Amino acid sequence: MSEPLLEVKDLAVHFETEDGVVQAVDGISYTVERGKTLGIVGESGSGKSVSSMTVMGLTRAGNARISGSITFEGRDLLNASDADMRKVRGGEVAMIFQDPLSSLHPFYKIGDQLIEAHRSHNDVSKAKARDRAVEMLGLVGLPDPRRRIDSYPHEFSGGMRQRVMIAMALINDPKLLIADEPTTALDVTVQAQILELIQKLQAELDTAVVMITHDLGVVAEVTEEIAVMYAGRIVEYGKSDTIFAAPEHPYTWGLLKSIPRLDTPRDQELVPIFGRPPSLINKPSGCSFHPRCPYVREAHKKVDPALEPAGDADRTHKVACLLPSETRRSLWAGLRAGDTPAEVLQEVEIPAEKLSPSAEGPTGEEVAGQ
Amino acid sequence: MASYIARRLLWTLLLLLVITAVTFLIFYVLPTADPAAQRAGRDPSPELITAIRHQLGLDKSLPAQYVDYTKNLFLHFDFGQSFINNTSVRSLIFDRLPNTLFLVLGAAVVWFVIGVSIGIISAVRRGSFWDRLLMGGALVAISAPVYWMGLVCLYLFSNDIGVWHIFPGSGAYQDAHGFFAKCWSLVMPWLVLSAAFAAIYARLLRSNLLETMNEDYIRTARAKGLSERRVVLRHGVRSAITPVVTVLGLDIGILMGGAILTETVFNIDGVGRLSFDAIQRGDLATIQGTTIVLAAGVAIMSLVVDILYAFLDPRVRY
Repeated sequence: MSEPLLEVKDLAVHFETEDGVVQAVDGISYTVERGKTLGIVGESGSGKSVSSMTVMGLTRAGNARISGSITFEGRDLLNASDADMRKVRGGEVAMIFQDPLSSLHPFYKIGDQLIEAHRSHNDVSKAKARDRAVEMLGLVGLPDPRRRIDSYPHEFSGGMRQRVMIAMALINDPKLLIADEPTTALDVTVQAQILELIQKLQAELDTAVVMITHDLGVVAEVTEEIAVMYAGRIVEYGKSDTIFAAPEHPYTWGLLKSIPRLDTPRDQELVPIFGRPPSLINKPSGCSFHPRCPYVREAHKKVDPALEPAGDADRTHKVACLLPSETRRSLWAGLRAGDTPAEVLQEVEIPAEKLSPSAEGPTGEEVAGQ
Repeated sequence: MASYIARRLLWTLLLLLVITAVTFLIFYVLPTADPAAQRAGRDPSPELITAIRHQLGLDKSLPAQYVDYTKNLFLHFDFGQSFINNTSVRSLIFDRLPNTLFLVLGAAVVWFVIGVSIGIISAVRRGSFWDRLLMGGALVAISAPVYWMGLVCLYLFSNDIGVWHIFPGSGAYQDAHGFFAKCWSLVMPWLVLSAAFAAIYARLLRSNLLETMNEDYIRTARAKGLSERRVVLRHGVRSAITPVVTVLGLDIGILMGGAILTETVFNIDGVGRLSFDAIQRGDLATIQGTTIVLAAGVAIMSLVVDILYAFLDPRVRY
């Protein structure tokens, strides 16, 4: 098995601000294999965008403290020089962003912007770059590319502009494409088209994709593995099928239960996760999710769970939760059957003493005795 | 676009008509020396004054005088007669207009280049020692009166009376012949006239650029792997500079009416100097003439700037 394309280990990104240290990313690890798709799911403020921007080297501003390691094809990206990062950015690793309406420079024709993207990484003539740009525009499904290449961004709709962004990102045949909420600002029908396009291009060009989104519907379609992020940490990780069939973190349950579905009875209520994402400056003690978790126990407020294997059929499945495995599975079984968290709590008993292995250790034992 | 330009030209014409009417009315209403009496010489008899008044058309009704004036102005570019200088106002103004243009356009180049450069440096090095120094210096340049700066420069650098003999001093422009000699004689006037404008443009560009650099398309440019220099100049400054170019056009338009203070301090025979002298001597026709030139300059430059904007920002459609 060859080495992974991208390997992120214990990445932490802290921003020093006047109000305190913002722990945007607090120790995450993930890998992306060649040609595969990883989905990173989380709310706003979960750190999903910051982690990807750091992979691209776009968070190297003055007040960012970055630690951990980022390895791309065996090369260290975190400590790479600015010049080396510029070669990688837009060349081997490309990124598309959320708002296509403001992501293209309004004063330059799209052709010029595409040509600039190509020529900054390849020593080719303007004419050749132009041909390549036309080719890419055709590939992303833009009608009449040879003529529209001289149009300005404001002459296109949002969906078209996102296609142009995709063309610009893929123009240098990158090995990894990071898509940061590419469809959030678009209509649902256009969303589907863009996702289909990304999938098609991924297959044709053998590009690995990291799909960042808050929308579980999006990741269900296109990803092989999913990382669920909360408050700067990965709280659950595993194959997409596993995450949807047998999730083991209360946050993931909350996300899944808040999606409206066609196959549940009409009178069944959506169960939102109460509360709001925590401040990244003053994170909650112990488990970061505890203020919003319906299954919280006293010990959870003091002990910080580590990401560890869930122990099921999927070897890659990991979860960061202090509840014991059997408890979690019973809870999920109840939730999946249609019970609300309150109902499920009445049925399943959560033992206060027995915590998952990560809680074991001096602190764990003291707390467990209470 | 063509129909827009045509419409704007017509509006500009209308604007100039209104301005001349207002100017005419103001000067008609102003109490001042009777031009006929001024022309009549010593101890004129009332009949002589009346005769002269009739000759000059000053006994016609106000509307009649206005119509005459406007017809002459718009059809023949005849600004009337200066009774004090005994020449046509047109020759007075048009003789001096090239000098003013030389001063103003040269200064515009200087202040634009300096202002934009300082603005970029300050924005890119925001909060640093250089930023604070340059913006502090800009504040001084904006606050210092032009005539004071001019006099200080003459005192320090003028090559005839100054402490250090470096640049040509007051009056040198008149004696200079040839393009390069004239440019050299204008170095101090250019710097003095540019100072406040460069400072204002620097501050304006700095704040625009700081805002622009937070736009999404700058993030895209960096994500493409472009050099920071290219991102700042071709993506950032390209956007941030449009309001600065607009202001540049209008400032040039206003200065076409004469940079009065600079021209006076440095003894440059321009339209500003002319209007200053005319005001002091109560030469109504000339004052009217220079006012109209100033108004025309602003009106025309404002049209030029609006058209230029459409070329700079393709989203603008007329």
